[in-house]
Amino acid sequence: MRYLEEFRDPGLARRLLDEIHATVTRPWALMEVCGGQTHSIIRHGIDQLLPEQVELIHGPGCPVCVTPLEMIDKALAIAARPEVTFCSFGDMLRVPGTEGDLFRVKGAGGDVRVVYSPLDALEIARRSPDRQVVFFGIGFETTAPANAMTVHQARRLGIGNFSLLVSHVRVPPAIEAIMRSPRCRVQAFLAAGHVCSVMGVEEYPELAGRFGVPIVVTGFEPLDILEGVRRAVRQLERGEHRVENAYPRAVRAEGNPAALRMLAEVFEVTDRAWRGIGTIPGSGWRLADAYREYDAEHRFAVTGLRTLEPAACRSGEVLQGLLKPHECAAFGTVCTPRTPLGATMVSSEGACAAYYLYRRLGPGAAAATDKEATSVG
Amino acid sequence: MADFPAPLLPDPAEWSCPAPVRDRSVVLLGHGGGGALSAELMADIFAPAYGNEILDRLTDSATVDLGGARLAFSTDSHVVRPLFFPGGCIGDLAVNGTVNDLAMSGAQPAFLSCAFILEEGTELAVVERIAGAVGAAARAAGVSVVTGDTKVVDAGHGDGVFITSSGIGLVPRGVDIRPQRARPGDVVIVSGPVGLHGVAVLSVREGLEFGVEIASDTAPLGGLVAAMLAVTPELHVLRDPTRGGVATALHEIATASGTGVVIREDAVPVPEPVANACGFLGLDPLYVANEGRLLAFAPPEHTDALLDAMRAHPQGTGAVVIGECVAEHPGMVVARTGLGGTRVVDPPVGEQLPRIC
Amino acid sequence: MCLAVPGRVVDVEERDGTPMAKVDFGGVVKDVCLAYLPDLQVGDYTIVHVGFALQRLDEEAALATLELFRSIGALEEEFGDAWSRAAEEAR
Repeated sequence: MRYLEEFRDPGLARRLLDEIHATVTRPWALMEVCGGQTHSIIRHGIDQLLPEQVELIHGPGCPVCVTPLEMIDKALAIAARPEVTFCSFGDMLRVPGTEGDLFRVKGAGGDVRVVYSPLDALEIARRSPDRQVVFFGIGFETTAPANAMTVHQARRLGIGNFSLLVSHVRVPPAIEAIMRSPRCRVQAFLAAGHVCSVMGVEEYPELAGRFGVPIVVTGFEPLDILEGVRRAVRQLERGEHRVENAYPRAVRAEGNPAALRMLAEVFEVTDRAWRGIGTIPGSGWRLADAYREYDAEHRFAVTGLRTLEPAACRSGEVLQGLLKPHECAAFGTVCTPRTPLGATMVSSEGACAAYYLYRRLGPGAAAATDKEATSVG
Repeated sequence: MADFPAPLLPDPAEWSCPAPVRDRSVVLLGHGGGGALSAELMADIFAPAYGNEILDRLTDSATVDLGGARLAFSTDSHVVRPLFFPGGCIGDLAVNGTVNDLAMSGAQPAFLSCAFILEEGTELAVVERIAGAVGAAARAAGVSVVTGDTKVVDAGHGDGVFITSSGIGLVPRGVDIRPQRARPGDVVIVSGPVGLHGVAVLSVREGLEFGVEIASDTAPLGGLVAAMLAVTPELHVLRDPTRGGVATALHEIATASGTGVVIREDAVPVPEPVANACGFLGLDPLYVANEGRLLAFAPPEHTDALLDAMRAHPQGTGAVVIGECVAEHPGMVVARTGLGGTRVVDPPVGEQLPRIC
Repeated sequence: MCLAVPGRVVDVEERDGTPMAKVDFGGVVKDVCLAYLPDLQVGDYTIVHVGFALQRLDEEAALATLELFRSIGALEEEFGDAWSRAAEEAR
């Protein structure tokens, strides 16, 4: 068992697809919350293989996409300071702020570095005591424990020149916000498997019950996603709304208790603005008072920011599933992956970028591709 | 606000909304990444400044007629960190990169130049090792380095060693290989496993260890091309998928020729450690650099003979068909996924970055 | 949202008072922090995200999931084609 190729088997995928085709009798709108799932769906062409009645709405689960503009602008301002070495996950470097992105700060002489793990940033801080090393702590519940532990370690090891610019977000309040929207079309959720690896599933039954939506904890390999869809559709067809765990190999009901304890120690729940959506109560984490000295916002008082979201960008509606990317007037004209207005066009997981890559292939061309591809080699 | 979509203005420069990525007052790393930003630099600055009929073809090497001979002429600058990586160093790249650019027009590479830009303070032993690698790589490729230059920049103004190499070679009669010649029906062949160079370099940068040896594939391809031309001079396109990888090279060919390209994703040979390293860093192996591979577009009737000839050559033992050229979706590259879906393979905007999501 | 990949623990050690492991991702080995899964043993598989092991992978559960997928096809063989079965279920 390698936990990888076993879950990409085309034969088993066919069986799951047949089963979904056989189960569905009417149109359903499912939202995959997680951008990793969106990526997998596009990467493997899964949405093309599903029955027409099953619509996948790409949810606000790309941390890069939902990080608020104000926070990006703060990152740009801090990264531009001469004493700062600014470390970030690679995905954040191209996300547009009000004026430029982190690449541009780097181009203008800023010390901006891509790291794989927040621990790498801490190591940079340890090796360069004369630099102020700031890590851009974005992400959902999956990433938050890593950043929490890094701050905890910084304090334990006495690495005072490290700080965290925190913009963490939490899934359940976002699900609630989406369901409360009067125009909500979502009928079932594929919950993010790796978020639940950390958090467990205990936050979800109440949501499923209150809003009458099936919530299926779903993994990321093609078979996992098909299984998530299969279970969600089965519940919908039967009129059920339960929480199911379709990713039991990596998700236990109780989550990861050690990670939960660290999150509770280092962070506290706060209201958080989601880019394009607005402020969702209780939807984020910030550093708790005991760790305030490691908060980059606190350490580098950034003032005088004038944040301005492009008016033409309707990514908020896209993220809520209210608007298909190609229905936006800017889509594919002024807004493309090379000239993105909003983050959903930047990230490889962003719904707009995914659509852009993909919708340019008309139905006729797709059919031709099928024909041609089968005759290849 | 959201309910009133802004009217589309004809000139994005006049647009009142901030469109930050369009703000290109400075050079970004992505301008050298071989993707869309590089193409933009070429189209917006270099071509208007000194474009001509030959440059505008945008081939890896220019083909020029001079005194009755058909010459391929190419130049390439090399900046790589680290200077030494598993399987080679910047010296190997300087020779093989230029040799391969020449070979991609069907030429037999003959003479190279090699210009060094050294950073003050760089250890001479490092320069000596790199020079040794240049010599060995030139001998292996059957070319002579016949001219060169050295400049030194102040400490802190360079990355140790930069090398610019140029080269010329003779294009055999009857050979006309360029991206514009791809046409529907052509088979697309790759000469071996992809992604090794990029992952070997990345492994040093990202602190990855490999259970098995992952070495750069850097190698000269002149001999392999000669073996292929011996099968048929009717090769349409050759391309070495360096920066930007197979995806970018295929995209350039599709664009230049106005044809569509379809590849079968599970036919593309990706070594397991490369696939796993990419999975781990969130990269797509199709976009990872190679330094000793070529893509060939050829009429289908020659497929078997070409594959046989390639596989008999040390640089082509892993040659396989990965797709074909189609009349549909001109200018686009489409991958058929293992599950039977399709996806569009677009050129990357800039450099691929490790992602968390 | 979260690129997390499965890997096998090949070595465990303590560094600066923190449990660390070398984890093999199909031929690629990387240092991983075990602070959240200190009980992981050599040979265990774990999900890793940005350098942290988040959850041990449960082989029994994985096998059961795959068995379920296979049984979906088997059911089909047993009960005839999927469409009639769907009709059956819809009744």
